[in-house]
Amino acid sequence: MANDVCFRLNHLDRSWALAVYRDQHGYEVLEQVLREQRDPARLIDELKTSALRGRGGAGFPTGLKWSFMQRGAPGQKYIVCNADEGEPGTCKDRDIMRYNPHQLIEGMALAGYVIGATRGYVYLRGEFWEPYERLQGAIEEARAAGLLGSNLLGSGFDFDLDIHLGAGAYICGEETALLESIEGKKGQPRYKPPFPASYGLYGRPTTINNVETLASVPEIIRHGGQWFLELGKPNNGGTKIFSVSGHVERPGNYEVPLGTPFAELLEMAGGVLGGRRLKAVIPGGSSTPVVPGERMMEVTMDYDGIAKAGSMLGAGSVIVIDETVCMVRLLARLSHFYYEESCGQCTPCREGTGWLARVVHRIEHGQGRAEDLDLLDSVAGNIGGRTICALGDAAAMPVQSFLKHFRDEFEYHIEHGRCMVGATPAHG
Amino acid sequence: MATIEINGKVVEARDGAMLIEAAAEAGFAIPHFCYHRKLTIAASCRMCLVEVEKAPKPLPACATPVSDGMKVQTRSPKALAAQKAVMEFLLINHPLDCPICDQGGECDLQELAVGYGGDVTRFAEGKRVVGDPDLGPLIATEMTRCIHCTRCVRFIAEIAGTRELGAPGRGEHMHITSWLGGQVGSELSGNVIDLCPVGALTSKPFRFRARAWELNARPAVAMHDGLGANLWFDTLRGQVLRARPRDNEAVNECWLSDRDRFACAGLHSDDRLRQPLLRDRNGWREAGWDEALPRAAQLLRNIVDNRGGEQLAALAAPSQSAEEYYLLQKLLRALGSPHIEHRLRQGCFTAQEAMPLMPGLGMAPEALQAGDAFLMVGCHLRKEQPLLNHRVRQAVLNGAAAMAINPVVWPSNYPLAAEQTVAPSRLAGALAEVAQALAGGEAGGEAAAMAERLRDAEQPLILVGAVAQMGEYLGAILAQAMQVAEACGGRVAFLPEGGNSAAAWLAGAVPHRGVAGSHAPTVGKHLRQLYAEPVAGLLLLGIEPERDSLDPAAMARLLEAAEGVVALAAYDSPLLREHADVILPLATWAESAGTQINHAGLWQSYRGAVAAPGEARPGWKVLRVLGNLLDLDGFDFNAADEVLAELRAAVDRQGAFAPTPWPAVALPDAPASVEAVAALSPYSVDAMVRRSPPLQAASDAPQPCCRVHPALAERLGRPQRVRVGDGAASAVLALEIDERVADGCIVVPTAIAETALLGALTGAISVEQAA
Repeated sequence: MANDVCFRLNHLDRSWALAVYRDQHGYEVLEQVLREQRDPARLIDELKTSALRGRGGAGFPTGLKWSFMQRGAPGQKYIVCNADEGEPGTCKDRDIMRYNPHQLIEGMALAGYVIGATRGYVYLRGEFWEPYERLQGAIEEARAAGLLGSNLLGSGFDFDLDIHLGAGAYICGEETALLESIEGKKGQPRYKPPFPASYGLYGRPTTINNVETLASVPEIIRHGGQWFLELGKPNNGGTKIFSVSGHVERPGNYEVPLGTPFAELLEMAGGVLGGRRLKAVIPGGSSTPVVPGERMMEVTMDYDGIAKAGSMLGAGSVIVIDETVCMVRLLARLSHFYYEESCGQCTPCREGTGWLARVVHRIEHGQGRAEDLDLLDSVAGNIGGRTICALGDAAAMPVQSFLKHFRDEFEYHIEHGRCMVGATPAHG
Repeated sequence: MATIEINGKVVEARDGAMLIEAAAEAGFAIPHFCYHRKLTIAASCRMCLVEVEKAPKPLPACATPVSDGMKVQTRSPKALAAQKAVMEFLLINHPLDCPICDQGGECDLQELAVGYGGDVTRFAEGKRVVGDPDLGPLIATEMTRCIHCTRCVRFIAEIAGTRELGAPGRGEHMHITSWLGGQVGSELSGNVIDLCPVGALTSKPFRFRARAWELNARPAVAMHDGLGANLWFDTLRGQVLRARPRDNEAVNECWLSDRDRFACAGLHSDDRLRQPLLRDRNGWREAGWDEALPRAAQLLRNIVDNRGGEQLAALAAPSQSAEEYYLLQKLLRALGSPHIEHRLRQGCFTAQEAMPLMPGLGMAPEALQAGDAFLMVGCHLRKEQPLLNHRVRQAVLNGAAAMAINPVVWPSNYPLAAEQTVAPSRLAGALAEVAQALAGGEAGGEAAAMAERLRDAEQPLILVGAVAQMGEYLGAILAQAMQVAEACGGRVAFLPEGGNSAAAWLAGAVPHRGVAGSHAPTVGKHLRQLYAEPVAGLLLLGIEPERDSLDPAAMARLLEAAEGVVALAAYDSPLLREHADVILPLATWAESAGTQINHAGLWQSYRGAVAAPGEARPGWKVLRVLGNLLDLDGFDFNAADEVLAELRAAVDRQGAFAPTPWPAVALPDAPASVEAVAALSPYSVDAMVRRSPPLQAASDAPQPCCRVHPALAERLGRPQRVRVGDGAASAVLALEIDERVADGCIVVPTAIAETALLGALTGAISVEQAA
């Protein structure tokens, strides 16, 4: 029960080649849809049945998102694939593009067909050179085979695709900053509304989906929405790739059905490194709230299961933290990241992330003050929910959750000017 | 309309309005920094967060459109908590240097901090420090104070249209700076000083000279171009310290051009005349008005009595008040002279009878924004009339076509749909081709393209500007422009240089027409005729003869030939000292009451903001007393208003004006040799501007160099320096090669000392390599 959707070719040699993909029913769905001129509304229904939710982090229902597009409206429309994969802890899209690029291309073509877009862009993380070469190679193969370009398979449907390489800004993973970046502007999120479905790339209606989301579409259409839904559980259809990192024996990407218990996933990853005690898990990437280890062992890995534990599935980036980790130091690292990556556009995030990072840094280096913890909580609260995009929340949530679950470590740092972990036996 | 509820009050709001506007109309001020009604919405300062029912998070009022049934709380605990949190964030890195900050007292951040800031900071870390870019002589920077609202960036991109400012860097490293660290060259750049809500961008000439609360704001009307921008003069102890825009949507909106904003620095020039001056056997001496006025009157009287009224002429600068023009022509005509002229930089008068009642747009500046096709001919609109150009730019952004036929490709801040670069002598010919194309005849590519856009437009407008005015081909250009306008159903707007030329025409300060276009019993001599046949007596109003004439050499000869010269002047001038007999110190428009009539025909009266220095007096008062001393009837005015009322009554009496039909003016032949193009810097147009140190240091200040096309440079042997003009009347100037200049032309700066001896810079000019 693994590698059923996006990673279904990973066991094959040269799985990224068109021939191998073809051999595994690749592009059959696209051909069928184009040949039969399938009703886009029916395809959206199929996605809705599948309960596919956005795999980039927000978990928005994909069928619903596609239904926002006015397919018949005149003028250019775009499908954009978010392959920026900037969230610390995630590396799943990289492997989809390395091992199964054609499924992404087929998914984008299908998306283009459904929403009425003749042009697609893949916004690819600039550091991903190998995935870029694989995807670029696949695009050229598909183009040569008449699977991209004009009048695909004689259907009258035009669709082509280009890759735009990012330049290393985390914020460009935010979908409207990503659009700005493709347009050649500074990557800064746009204020919404208007949403991209009405005012997107170059001001045209645009749908933006994550790599894993788009790569799941051909299999959903091929096997039916019900099949996909049953892979997972109600409201959490399908499989999900979890990028398991941190203190595990076998870090890596694991495509498992949504609803898989965390304990099982941890076991697949070989358990905690060196058999040490599990201290905490950041279940969805660095911006999601941390969950204490014991609580995590009761959680099932799906949108609703993780939400119940007070965190988010996010991009499925599971960061496993064992007992040797100083939570103050870890938060200092995370806060520094958000401080560096804030775009600087809106006040709470621009000013607040630097404030948080400096205070946490101070605590970590033994310069903490008694009032700092309440201050951190308050500043984080003043950022959250008041910014243009979610980066403000992303910076605030780790701070608040770390303080909630590991306040004693912070207090120890402030009181003793040094770290509780390693220096003295863990108390309590 | 949408019905919404703000703080419990039911409010009708325009559909599509943002909450911040609806709230303001309902009397609820929502604090904000980045929002500005004339700029796009950034929604980035987050100061205007308000609570909206059913919204899980506070929403920015600047970016939330109203919708029916919306319930909004702008001062609920949730809204206030969000606003105060944003204020805290804004203040943590903002220096606490209000006591030494020039914005203090008129700072949005300071004001809102009183209501939303805390008493004690919770921020115990080090504050951010930001380096200050040098934006030029007009804008001072102190970027550590910047709160990143990006109003300046958006203004420069959206209104000025030059994209010279930007915000590179991420997060805390984001900072406002100029493109590649250069100076901001936009002619509208000073507006960022007003837009900046903090002390990051302040006025370089004004800063540290006064505190905002010490200043008295006096309304005024700018007199440097034909718009008549409304402004405030901020004064302290009888001195104008700065100018700020005074909102008037129909004229300048909330903007000012840099020229209108910074020219007032020229008021305090050392060479302001403060005392009447009389020429004696021993030279010049200061005198009282009681001595100078009778002397001036006697001088004029002697000319009239001994040589006849016909031997007297009056010349006025094109930026005097309507009242002064009216009294000047009244005085002259009462003395029997029809020679009244203000068109000192005009090169051609052949079609003057066909001119409309007064030059100008013939429509409101706002209406330009709704225009759909503009053809600029001999018109550098962006620098000649900066805020009219802004209106045209807005029209172009809305889809209008702007086109140009000019001797130089001037950098435009909007795309031109078609463009022809031809010598001044060819401007009329190029127009004729467009007219021909409109009539269905054959025409070249650009002319055909222009014809097509003009034909497709509903309100085509042909703008003939100061560049055309300064040439000897103006009559032909205007005649051809009329042909084009007739062929496409459009109109011609002649926009001469000068801040009040419309008033001069209307008040009768032209030799061929009386007040309001009334019939002149005797047609007087226009400027060229005066140059050719000098008169015995001259009365000068507001003129700096070396700089205010297209042909300073001819002007000097005119002065020299006169037996008696009475000059009313605000600034001292060597030519006046050489040739005048009486110099009466004149108040500028900033120091006297008067009226400006703008290119839209709007009459705007103003009062003096300060008293003139020393004994200088308003021109209307001086002219009134001269009238009395000369025993003329109808000079018993007690206030400028009374003069204006008389002018207005005359205009009302006159009724409709019908100019003579446009004469057929033959297309001029191109000169056989190199052709001169007079380049008038926007900061050379009048005496006040020429004496403003900040403007003279700005990038649009006049440069003493000539420019030619590379092909002509090649023919001239690519010299570093050239001698232009002949013999004694020649000048040696540096030569710059510029492919934007029409081939065969040489662009020569006018109104600068170096070229004062050259004749009128139009037509053939001799150019040779200089050592």
